[in-house]
Amino acid sequence: MKKGTLKQILLITDGCSNTGEDPKAAAALAYEQGITINVIGILEDGKGNPGSLREVEEIALAGGGMSRIVYQESLAQTVQMVTRQAMTQTIQGFINKELEQILGAGQTVEDLDPVKRGEVMEVVEDMGETCSLEVLVLVDTSASMGDKLDTVKESLIDLSISMSARLGTSRFSISRFPARDQEVEKIFDWSPKLDAISEIFPKLVCGGITPTGPAIREAMYEFGKKRLSRSLLDDERRIEEA
Amino acid sequence: MKKHDRIIRQGMCLLGKWHQNSYAIKGKLGAGAIGTVYLCESRGKHYALKVSDQNSAMTMEVNVLKSLEKVQDQQLGPYLLDVDDWECPSGDTYTFYVMEYVQGEKLERFIRTNGTEWIGVFLLQLLGDLDKLHKAGWMFGDLKLDNLLIAKAPARLRWIDVGGVTQLGRSIKEYTEFNDRGYWGLGTRKAEPSYDLFAVVMVFLNLFYPKRFPKGQDNERLICSKIDLVKVFAPYRHCFKKAIQGKYRSSEDMRKEVAASLQKQRSRKSRRSQAPHRQKSGSPMLLAEGGGILLIAAGYYALSLLLP
Repeated sequence: MKKGTLKQILLITDGCSNTGEDPKAAAALAYEQGITINVIGILEDGKGNPGSLREVEEIALAGGGMSRIVYQESLAQTVQMVTRQAMTQTIQGFINKELEQILGAGQTVEDLDPVKRGEVMEVVEDMGETCSLEVLVLVDTSASMGDKLDTVKESLIDLSISMSARLGTSRFSISRFPARDQEVEKIFDWSPKLDAISEIFPKLVCGGITPTGPAIREAMYEFGKKRLSRSLLDDERRIEEA
Repeated sequence: MKKHDRIIRQGMCLLGKWHQNSYAIKGKLGAGAIGTVYLCESRGKHYALKVSDQNSAMTMEVNVLKSLEKVQDQQLGPYLLDVDDWECPSGDTYTFYVMEYVQGEKLERFIRTNGTEWIGVFLLQLLGDLDKLHKAGWMFGDLKLDNLLIAKAPARLRWIDVGGVTQLGRSIKEYTEFNDRGYWGLGTRKAEPSYDLFAVVMVFLNLFYPKRFPKGQDNERLICSKIDLVKVFAPYRHCFKKAIQGKYRSSEDMRKEVAASLQKQRSRKSRRSQAPHRQKSGSPMLLAEGGGILLIAAGYYALSLLLP
C-alpha cells in the first residue's frame, strides 16, 4: 500500500473573523480538497469569554478537524494533541470507508468486537506513525494577539519536536493574517524543522482586522500550488518513463 | 464532566455487550484525560474499571496492556481482566476495560510518612522494572508521580497507568511537560531508554519541588543545580546528572551505578562510625560476591540506623 500524505491547516486565533468570506465556507471547501482544518482558540488570561470563540468550533467542524479553546499556558500540549488526534481521526475515516465496503453500509470500527477493533487500531497507529504529514499553520496576528505570539512560537517549535520524532516525514509552513497591505502573508516556507522561527516571530508586528475566511482560502491554495508543481514533475517523469 | 460520569453511579451494574460479564460499581477512583476509573466488584473480587467515550484511545490503551502481558515473568502494569462495550440505557455505547485494582499509597505520601531513605529503594525498583520493559521493546513514555503507587507489605513501587507506553523508536504521544526532555530542549521525543531515564530523575525531583519550576535559558545547568540543592540525592547525584545529559544507554547501566553509589556511601558512613560488624558487611569482597538487592536493602537498613 502506498503511504499517503496527511494535509492539515492549523489555525491559531483569539477571536472572531470580522471581514471577508465566511471562514466556515472556506474550511468546508478545503476539506473537500482533502485538507483537514484544526482550530485552536486562545482565551484571554483571567477573562474567560468563550462566546466569541464559538466560531472556533464551527470552523473545525466544517473543516473535518478538531478544535480546542485553551489558555496560553496549555497551548503547547494542546497543539500537539490536536494535531495527533486529527491525524488518527482522518486515518480512521479512511479505514471506516474501506470497512463499509467489506462489511456493508453503516458498519464502522466501533461495530467490531473489542479484539478485532484492537487489531484495526494497531493499523491506525502504525499509519499515524509512518505517514507523511504536512501542516500549514495560520497564525492570527491581529492587534489582540500581540502578547500571545511568544507562546505561539514556543508551541510551534514544540510541535515540530513532537512530530519530527515520528518515523514518517513532517513538514511545516507558517502564514500570518492579516499582513501589511494584504490579507495573508507566508512567513516561513515548507521545512521539516521550526527552530528557525525564533528569529522571525519577534519581528512580527500585530495589528489590524481578522480576515479568517480569506486566510483559510489562501492557505488551501498553498497546498494546491505545491501539489501542482509536484504533479507537473510527476508528469514529466511519466513521460520520460514512457 | 463526561456524559457517562453522570450516568454511572455507585450500586449500578455494567453488563458487557460482547462477553456478558457484569460489574457492580462501588465508587469512583479517579478521572483523567481519556476516561474515568471506578472501583468495581465481580464474583467477590475488587477490580478497577475504566470507562470512556473515546473508544479509539481506549482501544489503544488496551493494546498496550495486552502487549505488556506478553512481556512479563513479573507483573509490570496492572493485569487486564476484560475488555467490552457497555450499551447504556440512553443508547450510547462506551468502551470499558477491567484491570487489577492496585491498592496503595502515593509515592510522595509514602516518603513523607516513612522517610527519605526509601527513595533509593524505589529508584532501584523503578530502574529495574523499566529495564525489563525496555528489553521487551517498550518505553514507558509518560512517567509521572500520578502514574506510580506504592503497594504495601512489602513496599513495592507499581505502575497504575500505562497509557503512554510506546514502542521503541516511535514517537512519544503522551507526556507531562515537567518530565519531558523535549520541553526542556534537552533531547528528542523519540521513544528510547534515555527518554524514560530523564523522566525518572524529574519524577524524583518533583518530590522535592512539588510546585515544579519553570524553564530558563541553560536548562541542563538549571536542572543540575536543582539536583544539587536536594541533600538526600547526594549519593547518586552524578547518576542523576548523567541521566539528564542522556548519557546512559540503558536503564540497567543507570541502575548498576546508582546501586554502586549507594553501597559506597554506606561503607564510607560505616567507616566513619567505626562500627566493626557493619564495616564487615560493607567490605568490597562481599560486595563483589553478593551484589543483589538484598545486600542493598540491608545496607539501607544499616544506613538508616546511622542517620541522625
